[in-house]
Amino acid sequence: MDIFLQQLINGLVLGSVYALVALGYTMVYGILELINFAHGEITMMGAMVSLAVIGALALAAPGLPGGVILLAGLAVAIPVCMALGMLIERVAYRPLRNAPRLAPLITAIGVSIILQNIAMLIWGKQYIPFPPILPQGHHEILGATISDTQIAILALAVLIMAALILVVQKSRLGRAMRATAQSRQVASLMGVDVNRVIASTFIIGSALAAIAGVMVSAYYGLAHYYMGFLLGLKAFSAAVLGGIGNLGGAMLGGLLLGLIESFGAGYIGDLTGGFLGSHYQDVFAFFVLIAVLVFRPSGLLGARVVERA
Amino acid sequence: MSALLSVSRLSVAYGGIQAVRDLSLEVAPGEMVCLIGANGAGKTTTLKALSGLIAPQSGSVQLDGQPLAGLPAHAIARRGMTLVPEGRGVFPRMTVAENLLMGAYSRSDRAGIAGDLDQVYGLLPRLTERRAQMAGLLSGGEQQMLALGRAMMARPRLLLLDEPSMGLAPLMVQAVFDIIRQIAASGVAVLLIEQNAHLALKTCARGYVLETGSITLSGPATELAATPAVRHAYLGEGS
Ligand SMILES: Nc1ncnc2c1ncn2[C@@H]1O[C@H](COP(=O)(O)OP(=O)(O)OP(=O)(O)O)[C@@H](O)[C@H]1O
Ligand SMILES: [Mg+2]
Repeated sequence: MDIFLQQLINGLVLGSVYALVALGYTMVYGILELINFAHGEITMMGAMVSLAVIGALALAAPGLPGGVILLAGLAVAIPVCMALGMLIERVAYRPLRNAPRLAPLITAIGVSIILQNIAMLIWGKQYIPFPPILPQGHHEILGATISDTQIAILALAVLIMAALILVVQKSRLGRAMRATAQSRQVASLMGVDVNRVIASTFIIGSALAAIAGVMVSAYYGLAHYYMGFLLGLKAFSAAVLGGIGNLGGAMLGGLLLGLIESFGAGYIGDLTGGFLGSHYQDVFAFFVLIAVLVFRPSGLLGARVVERA
Repeated sequence: MSALLSVSRLSVAYGGIQAVRDLSLEVAPGEMVCLIGANGAGKTTTLKALSGLIAPQSGSVQLDGQPLAGLPAHAIARRGMTLVPEGRGVFPRMTVAENLLMGAYSRSDRAGIAGDLDQVYGLLPRLTERRAQMAGLLSGGEQQMLALGRAMMARPRLLLLDEPSMGLAPLMVQAVFDIIRQIAASGVAVLLIEQNAHLALKTCARGYVLETGSITLSGPATELAATPAVRHAYLGEGS
């Protein structure tokens, strides 16, 4: 029971971070049918920039409360990532909007590699530790433990996702985003500046990625110039698992992937009689992904909308 | 008469294919004008060029004396010229109410928008019952009504209509054209594009005939309808 609950907690926390990153993939795909492969690197940049700020502040003003230092890190990382997302769209995707599908895919991979290298040049190849500024409290529930950091991650992620749904469903910008996703041409006939709406989509997704990046580095206690690759791949998989283009799908897919990973890591040893250890958790997650997609190629919540011509 | 819309020597090409050549036309404030022509004559192309969806090769378009050259579609829409595109172009995965709100996207007068929404629902009772339904589930005629209602929400001075009768049953065509007449009666100028020349000439005061990208005839609708060439080619009357 306690192991089960523990894996559940760990899976939900991890999954909520995947969900935040997956939302960025799915929003861009929904509006442009483009996979922004540089999105994982934006998450990495969010982690690295915030860690740089947090590290510097923790050194310069050790008396500051951890929460304030963390907020300062976020306050720098979020706008940096927003600007980065906007720039990437402007430079690497917009000029190719009417080009064959493969072209922006190539530039996306190019941008990824460039961002990784920039991060490596600035921060080096080593792991950057997350300074011990956060309260280290733990709580016992039914034999499992949940840390303050985990509670904060979960609460913030839920809050952000609720806010995002509200914006997309109820606001003028959200309506314009959905209209643009359904027909760019007709949206422009309504007076929607389609380029601005697309830029806004990248900006919002990048802000979520920045926050997710900070969460991951706080959770694992480190950041690394290469961390965006696997994180991005997993979040993208989560978006596909849920049904890419679908906001609810990205949330569901992220949570599921987190849970699969966590339970996989917890039980894989038992399941295989000790043949595979918990370090196979990544493989396990992708295994489930493949299995789901074989039976539901459009993902769990994808493309079941009835439409008339 | 100072024209609301004035098009002068407009030419549009797709790659090497000349779709519209030296087209000139005018629409006065509050006037109903039609542009009739066969399949592939260049009707849709003309409207797309006017509304900024495609860039013309040459020629000028003026709305209220202001040149529109080089403006993107959203900027042109904000100046009071609204296109209801061929095939209606409703947002299928948005509700009827959301589609109507999209029509008012460029406006910020909340009270005015709410008032116009009531007015549109009054004019289109079939939409009122379906306001929470996804637009993609409406019938073709209902979608055409929604597209018209959505265009009204922009409070346009000039409405460009691309074959509103297309694919509709005769009764539904009647209903749609009744609505168009009511919109025009409220003072909105209309440039109507139709293959159904009979209906278009009956509805509008003036007309132009488009043949393979060029205007070959123009004049009052009654005169056009009496022209032998029009009667043979577009009104299906034998010699
Ligand atoms: N995107 C395009 N690329 C190349 N040629 C095109 C394109 N769109 C239209 N054309 C050509 O331009 C000409 C005019 O087409 P257009 O759609 O304007 O005609 P239309 O009068 O609206 O016809 P319909 O009554 O069938 O709607 C046609 O010869 C058509 O084949
Ligand atoms: Mg046409």
